[in-house]
Amino acid sequence: MWAVFQCVVRRDLTLAMRRRADVLTTLFFFVIVVSLFPLGVGPEMDILRMMGAGVVWVAALLASMLSLGRMFSADYADGTLEQMVLSPQPLTLLVLGKVLSHWLTSGLPLVLIAPLLGIQFGLSTQALLILVMALLLGTPVLSLIGAVGAALTLGLRGGGVLVSLLVLPLYIPVLIFGAGAVDASMSGLAAQAHLALLGAFLAPALVFAPWATGWALRISLD
Amino acid sequence: MGLNLNWFKYSSPATFYPLAGKMIPYFAGLAVVLTVIGLYLGFFVAPTDFKQGEGYRIIFIHVPAAWMSMLIYVVMAVYAGVGLVFNTRLSSLMAYALAPTGAMFTFLALWTGALWGKPMWGTWWVWDARLTSELILLFLYIGFMSLRAAIDDPRRAARASGLLAIVGVINVPIIYKSVEWWNTLHQGATVTISSGTSMESTMLTAMAVMVFAFWMYTIAVVLVRVRCEMLEAEQHTDWVADAVREGK
Repeated sequence: MWAVFQCVVRRDLTLAMRRRADVLTTLFFFVIVVSLFPLGVGPEMDILRMMGAGVVWVAALLASMLSLGRMFSADYADGTLEQMVLSPQPLTLLVLGKVLSHWLTSGLPLVLIAPLLGIQFGLSTQALLILVMALLLGTPVLSLIGAVGAALTLGLRGGGVLVSLLVLPLYIPVLIFGAGAVDASMSGLAAQAHLALLGAFLAPALVFAPWATGWALRISLD
Repeated sequence: MGLNLNWFKYSSPATFYPLAGKMIPYFAGLAVVLTVIGLYLGFFVAPTDFKQGEGYRIIFIHVPAAWMSMLIYVVMAVYAGVGLVFNTRLSSLMAYALAPTGAMFTFLALWTGALWGKPMWGTWWVWDARLTSELILLFLYIGFMSLRAAIDDPRRAARASGLLAIVGVINVPIIYKSVEWWNTLHQGATVTISSGTSMESTMLTAMAVMVFAFWMYTIAVVLVRVRCEMLEAEQHTDWVADAVREGK
């Protein structure tokens, strides 16, 4: 079983590395969206410092959502997904492997570049650290919840826009506590409670989201 | 021995269609009568609030609408769940029929809330926890209806939107609690309706009557809508042909 999981992850990562442009597009999208905010609201550092965490988080939500289309669509188009669903291996595990590789190619790069963007918004070192930790805990939840939406909208007209309608409202708790963690640490409070809650979202999402995604895939491929 | 009830008898569109047709006038009539009574009690009998003046009277529409908006989402998810588990076609059709009414009540709650907020708080909108979660609820309804509309195959549409409704209903309490916490973090105590004063009993009666009025309205409208859904979903069957021919 473990071997299947590894195999799916390795395959998806290889595919992503062969099409590096896709991965970079998401990353640049993230950077550009974040960079637009100072241009929109003005360069006052005080305002920017206040909104920094929120802006980075909203951009992360959008970037993670934009890359959801890649999670299943290529496999759906060439029939691989159907074989996966038919295979005797547990679909939940296959889905988990795909979600993990989606996070590694679209979530983790955001986490790594976020401190750089945070500096542009004048966040302190402490706040940057909390931002990275919050993103590390939160972005996997985004990939997990997003997988359900991606599976439900597989092969539909306007699937990309539709998935945003389905998924963004469900992202809200992650956004609140992710940005809240940084805000709390900046106003001198402990951020542990927020980080603990992000972890508390991650744990059930790890269990239930792959299962719901598997179910959604069966519905979509029916 | 005992009652030999066939629980699934009315889960077949062919038997439910005429029954729904017979029930609609009763529920619609009750809705009208209760609305008239409730609005009369609320607008003419209930005393003027000593703090908020006459403006508070919008709560006789606002509060029942907000309750209905949340209740309908839960009922919709239950129907969707039943549809997924038992594969009963009617359940998914009921979920579809409920969604627009739920979205309408959510919108009504937001709108009347804004109308109330302007004279009371001096602003149309505040990012209050309840307002924000009501807005998110509206997004969830819109997501449900858009997913259904985007899928052509009725079977897939029913099951996919059903799964989405269940995922949504699990998330509603989490979203609600998060928003509540977010609000207390960001702006401290916002203006809330003072809970110190207990409610005048006529106000409570008026509100209860309005809640029942909205229930009856919802049932009547959902039955009308589900009848249309049934005709559309079963358009190739004999019973639809008969029903249309007889003009029922």
